[in-house]
Amino acid sequence: MENSKIITITDMVKRFPMGKNEFTALNGINLSFTKGEFAGLVGPSGSGKTTLLNIVGSLDVPSDGKAEVLGHTINYLSHKKAAKLRNFHLGFIFQTFNLLPIYTVYENVEFPLLLLKKPAEERKKAIMDALDWVGLTDKVKSKPAQLSGGESQRVAIARAMVKKPEIVLADEPTANLDADNSFHILRTMENLNRELNTTFLFATHDDKVIRFLKRIIRLEDGKVVEDAKVKSKAVTN
Amino acid sequence: MMISLKLALRNLLGAGLRTWLNVFVLSFSYVMIIWHRGFLDGWNKQARFDTINWEIGGGQYWHSEYDPYDPFTLTDSHSAIPDNLKSAVDKGENAAILVSQATIYPEGRLQGVILKGINVNQSVIKIPTEKLKTDTEEIPVLIGTRMAGNNKLNIGDMVMIRWRDKNGTFDAAEGEIVGIFKTTVPKIDNGQMWIPIEKLQEMLQLPGETTILTVNKENKEIKQVEGWTFKGHDFLLSEMDEVIKTKKVGGSIFYFILLLLAMLAIFDTQILSIFRRQKEIGTYVALGMTRGQVISLFTVEGAMHSILAIGVAAVYGVPLLIWQAKIGFAMPAMADDYGLAITERIFPEYGAGLVIATILIVTITATIVSYMPARKIAKMNPTDAIKGKIQ
Repeated sequence: MENSKIITITDMVKRFPMGKNEFTALNGINLSFTKGEFAGLVGPSGSGKTTLLNIVGSLDVPSDGKAEVLGHTINYLSHKKAAKLRNFHLGFIFQTFNLLPIYTVYENVEFPLLLLKKPAEERKKAIMDALDWVGLTDKVKSKPAQLSGGESQRVAIARAMVKKPEIVLADEPTANLDADNSFHILRTMENLNRELNTTFLFATHDDKVIRFLKRIIRLEDGKVVEDAKVKSKAVTN
Repeated sequence: MMISLKLALRNLLGAGLRTWLNVFVLSFSYVMIIWHRGFLDGWNKQARFDTINWEIGGGQYWHSEYDPYDPFTLTDSHSAIPDNLKSAVDKGENAAILVSQATIYPEGRLQGVILKGINVNQSVIKIPTEKLKTDTEEIPVLIGTRMAGNNKLNIGDMVMIRWRDKNGTFDAAEGEIVGIFKTTVPKIDNGQMWIPIEKLQEMLQLPGETTILTVNKENKEIKQVEGWTFKGHDFLLSEMDEVIKTKKVGGSIFYFILLLLAMLAIFDTQILSIFRRQKEIGTYVALGMTRGQVISLFTVEGAMHSILAIGVAAVYGVPLLIWQAKIGFAMPAMADDYGLAITERIFPEYGAGLVIATILIVTITATIVSYMPARKIAKMNPTDAIKGKIQ
């Protein structure tokens, strides 16, 4: 499975209706990702990063072309199958954390495991492990409102990682964080990528994130203008 | 489904005051509906019990011509007590009642009344006919408190009674009020005068004849008697059942308004939730819930208000309802105007069927009301929902 393609995008186009016309958000995208990559879609706002991430995350479908994730062709997935793909194999990290506000940290991290119908004992161990990865074992009973931005994003990472997905999709994960917190978050994700061989795909225009990436895909006006493997430039903050 | 239940309970308890306000309104609906239905059932039971004891016993044989709603039938609706029922009448096990129209003149006024002759030794109905066994030379008359009150009659008062005998000849004599009884059954009281049957037979020149035979309530044997028709409880209490049924229908409007208020609260909460919790809905979808599961979660959340309301209603409703069932509900003096037997206090009766039916109705309604707005989730774009964009 090492180095096998887990995401393949072929001639993909995504158009959105805009009044009577259509807006082309992605145009002729050809990309592939192998297991364990730490890659980022980089570009200015409106370049199509999030749209591409949403399609890979089976939250949206291409208008043309083909997107294949872990052997599933996104174009033809039913709602149920798409949900199953996300449930079992994908983790999401959002810019605004998207924690469930009335749940505790523990319950937020538990959520994906409940959907997977894991038994209580197994859930508990997995949750504590995930919180241990992000250094939040002392916050299990806190509610999101009681957490700082950095802590909230760490909970979101724990929630994405708790089920040990093959792919984690992170949309501007540091946009709402200061430099210090961003560094710690990215360091955590980098460690998880290394230790669990999880594929991370970012959508970002934040230099702090770009420094950590091992592959940078630049998008402009819905097209890939650069796809380069780089050496991580991350240094101790 | 178990996940939906678990998450819905978590969401509801997490929502705090908003949940508990809805739950309280719903619990109030439960308690009020059960109390009101229990009150009507208690009233019905008491009214049936009193009507059986005071008026109809185990049923009545009516002369075939007798129609209580048509006074013109009274002149012909009488005949000799049938042979196969006579011994029971003599033993006081059946109450023979002869019915006639008359006019009285209390304090110089003119008042139409129904004269009812009854065998004084009867023990079938609770009318205290033994009071009619007196030595008075006048016609001994027994009346109810309503009749006494309306005509300002007291024990020992004389009242002129005028009637027509079987030939249509008018006659008149003084009657003496020998007893006044208090009953919850207005039909044997309002406008009615009870006298010994032998006396009325003599007045009407109808010796040995009767209009109604009320049988003992323990008597289960119905005899076929020519010229007479047996009327059982189903028939004799049907009017009362109809009145209670009408009151229940009237009560349904009250339940409907109560339920409407509670359902509006749930519907409002659901609509608000679906607008305010779009980001949450998007997150659920991103984390792997199907749209159906999200709809199910929101529906269960709404419906679960009614389940929590059962618990809340039990906390304050059960003691309240038990207390009411024990002390009863005092009826106002004017309640007699209902035309039904009403005691001074009505003791509500709560059956398991009533409680289960109420719970089912409220829960099903709450589920439907919760599901309707939740369907909108199916049309949401998850990528917009994740960002909290109002759709």
